[in-house]
Amino acid sequence: MPAPTDAAPGAPRSRADLFWSFSWLALQGFGGVLAVVQRELVERKRWLTREQFVEDWAVAQIMPGPNVVNLSMMIGDRHFGLSGAIAALAGMLALPSLVVLLLAAGFASVADTPQAQGALRGMGAVAAGLILATGLKLIGALRANPMGRAACLGLAALTVVAMAVFKLSLAVVLGVLGGGACLWAWRCLGRPPAPDQKPPS
Amino acid sequence: MSIHLSAADWLDLFVRYLSLSLLAVGGAIGTAPAMHRYLVIDRQWLTEPQFGSSIALAQAAPGPNVLFVALMGWNVGLNAGGGPAAGWRAYALALLGAGTTMLGMLLPSGVLTYTATRWAHRNRTRRSVRAFKAGMAPIVIGLLLVTGWLLTGAHDQPARDAPLWLLTAATTLVVWRTRLHLLWLIGAGALLGALGWV
Repeated sequence: MPAPTDAAPGAPRSRADLFWSFSWLALQGFGGVLAVVQRELVERKRWLTREQFVEDWAVAQIMPGPNVVNLSMMIGDRHFGLSGAIAALAGMLALPSLVVLLLAAGFASVADTPQAQGALRGMGAVAAGLILATGLKLIGALRANPMGRAACLGLAALTVVAMAVFKLSLAVVLGVLGGGACLWAWRCLGRPPAPDQKPPS
Repeated sequence: MSIHLSAADWLDLFVRYLSLSLLAVGGAIGTAPAMHRYLVIDRQWLTEPQFGSSIALAQAAPGPNVLFVALMGWNVGLNAGGGPAAGWRAYALALLGAGTTMLGMLLPSGVLTYTATRWAHRNRTRRSVRAFKAGMAPIVIGLLLVTGWLLTGAHDQPARDAPLWLLTAATTLVVWRTRLHLLWLIGAGALLGALGWV
């Protein structure tokens, strides 16, 4: 078991709980599921601490495949092994697939009305806000980072500038900034005192 | 639109998605240009509007955005079956198409991610694994902020888009500072948009 400092208080009760929890998450996720995952799993169910969530998200992001799908498999596996991963994955995909295919089969013609277009615009603007707010909330998780808060904020800001202003590709940002940050973190981790025993500031 | 797909074509579709799967680092949407080249330009199995609406519908519907992959397969199958007018046979092929592309897209990346993250979790106390997670944390938070920003900045006419920006800013503030259920916000956005206020 991990040290008590990074143990989350909650856990899924069963594979069925995983399936239905991820189904419910996914069905709430208009314009992306990440904001809902953060709200439900970190803030409400407490299956993960904010710090664990950021770490898992980093791994889910770096692996090929859809990020939230990767994340669901990781969480499912941690609690119930392979069958848990499959239960979480099925939850994330089964009902939402049904919904989207029914929409495609039945309601494609409605999508061209000005009201539907307007509603999509409005929902898109809200979805952007959800993602921005999730990013802002997770900044708090950097407090425990061995590189120190200032270096972390600088790296996050550099990432934003590199992508939004200089339009660098994701591969370059992950390779150069991400690679550099990992090396720096490796160095910081080797320095006494260990990050878990920092004096209170 | 009506096309013919042989068994070899179905296999080709599956194999193409298998190979795209491992390239989908940072999200499946990054491989959309490659899918466009394959489905619309090279093979002409999808029309341009079908391709576009597959992405738009998956973004609008609840669930992971990767479902656009299922919709593309669905539309390829529907076309192969002679379009919606052809009835149940077209819908059966549409289901086959959705299953083919989704399975292809998820199988290799899923197996790789599952194996790699298990290893990382077993070795989570290693300095290298801890350094990777700690180093990547600020980067992925930055990426989230960029994604939100890019979704906001997809509009180019300040006079028309100011209400949208206001809605994004208000949503950010509410989600960041309160525990209001996210579905209320989505609903409010849809309502404001349908009424033509944003």
